[in-house]
Amino acid sequence: MRNRLAALALLVAAMAQAAGAKAEPIVIVADSRGFSGWQAWWTNLYNESHVLSALATVLIIPSVALVLGKATDLLMGRIGINLRSRELAEH
Amino acid sequence: MNWLYVTMPIAGVEVFWPGLVILGFGVGIIGGFFGMGGGWMVTPGLNILGFPMAFAIGTDIAHMAGKSLTSTVRHGKFGNVDYKLGIIMVAGTVGGFEVGAQMIMALERIGRVEACVRYGYLVLLSLIAWLVFTDIAKKRRKDREAVAAGRTVGALSTGIEWHRTFHRINIPPIIHFKRAGIRCSAWLPIAVGFMTGWLAGVLGIGGGLIRMPALIYVVGCPTHVAVGTDLFEVAISGLYGTASYTYKGRTELLAALIMLVGAAVGAQIGSVATKYVKGYGIRMFFGFAVVGCAVSIIFKLIAAASTGFRAAFDLAATILILGLVAALALYILIKFVRGVREELALKRNRLHQSPDREEKLV
Repeated sequence: MRNRLAALALLVAAMAQAAGAKAEPIVIVADSRGFSGWQAWWTNLYNESHVLSALATVLIIPSVALVLGKATDLLMGRIGINLRSRELAEH
Repeated sequence: MNWLYVTMPIAGVEVFWPGLVILGFGVGIIGGFFGMGGGWMVTPGLNILGFPMAFAIGTDIAHMAGKSLTSTVRHGKFGNVDYKLGIIMVAGTVGGFEVGAQMIMALERIGRVEACVRYGYLVLLSLIAWLVFTDIAKKRRKDREAVAAGRTVGALSTGIEWHRTFHRINIPPIIHFKRAGIRCSAWLPIAVGFMTGWLAGVLGIGGGLIRMPALIYVVGCPTHVAVGTDLFEVAISGLYGTASYTYKGRTELLAALIMLVGAAVGAQIGSVATKYVKGYGIRMFFGFAVVGCAVSIIFKLIAAASTGFRAAFDLAATILILGLVAALALYILIKFVRGVREELALKRNRLHQSPDREEKLV
C-alpha cells in the first residue's frame, strides 16, 4: 500500500513537471539584414539598446491603444450608442 | 498569399497576421467584459499561429496593457472604475507579486516547484468556480424566498456576503470608496491586493482571474466596478510587465501592435457590452471561463503523464481554450448587438413620444 502511494505521488509530481513550459532561447541580437524602413530601424534599436527599445515599447503601446480606442469610440458614437452612462445599477 | 504573413523583426519568424488580429479581438472582448488580461487564453493561440514561445508572455503582456488601458478609459466613463481603490490596491499587488516571485525563485533553488504551482493553480480555480456558482445559487434562492414572501427583490441583492464581515474590520484609516459604494479600512484592499499579487507571483500569471472575484467577494465591489477597477490594475501592472519583459528581450512589438488592432476594438465592445448585462450574468459566465481554464489545465496534466496520448490531450487543451474564447466572445458580441439594437429602438421611441418632436423635425 505504501509503495503504491509513493508511486502515485511520484506520478502526480511527474505529470505536473512534464506539463511545464519548455524554455526557448531568447534573441539577444536580432538579424536586421533582411529588413528595411521602420523594421530595420526597430531591429537596430533593439540591438543597440534593450533599455531604449523597452522605453519605446512602453510609450508606443499605450499611445496606439488610446488612438485605436478613440477611433472605436467615434465609430460607436456614430452608431448612436450612449458612451457616457450606464443605467443598470445592481450587484 | 505572402501578404497574409509578416516577418517578426526580433524573432525572425513569419506569422499569419490575420490570426493575431482575430485572437486579439476575441480576447479583447472577453477581457473588457470580465476585467482580466487573459494570458491563459492568448498563449495557446500564439502557439497555434507558430509564434515562438520565448516571446509569447512578453508580447501577450504588452498587448494586454494596451487593451486594458482602452477598456479602463471606457469603463471609467461609465463610472465603473474606482481609481482610489485601484491605486491603493496596486501598492499591495506590487509588494505581493514581488514576494511571490522571490519565493518561487528561492523554492526553485531548493528543488522543482512546478508540481505545487500547477496543482495550486488548479485548486484555486476550483475554489473560484465553486464560489461563483454557490453565490449565484444563493442569490437565486434568496430572490425566490423574497418573491414567495411578497417582498420586492432589490437591485442590489447578493448571494454570498462575506464582504460585510470584512467591512467590520476597524483598523484606521477608514476610507469611503465612492464609486464602489463601500466604506472600509484601507488595509482591506491593501491586504487583498497583496494576497492576489502574491498568488499571481507564485503562479506566474497576471492575476485578473483572481483579483476580479476578490474585489467582489472580499472587498464588496459591485460586479461592474470590480471589472473596471481590475482592468485599471491590469493596465498599470501590464505596463510595468511590458517594460520588464522588453528589457529582457522577450517582447515582439510588431505582434503586440497587430494584436492590439483587434484587441482595442474588442475591448471596447466587451466594455460597452457590460452596459447590457446584469452583474450576475457577468459572474455566471466568468464562472464558465474559470471552469474552462481549469479543465484545460487538467488536460495538460494528463497529456504530460501519458506517453501515447500526449499529442491528443495537448491538442484537446488547445481546442478547448480556443473554443472557449470563440464561444464567450460570440456570446458577448450577441449581447452587445442586442443591447445596441434595444438602446437605439428606445431612443427612437423617446424621440417619437417627445412633445416637441415636430419642432425638432422642423
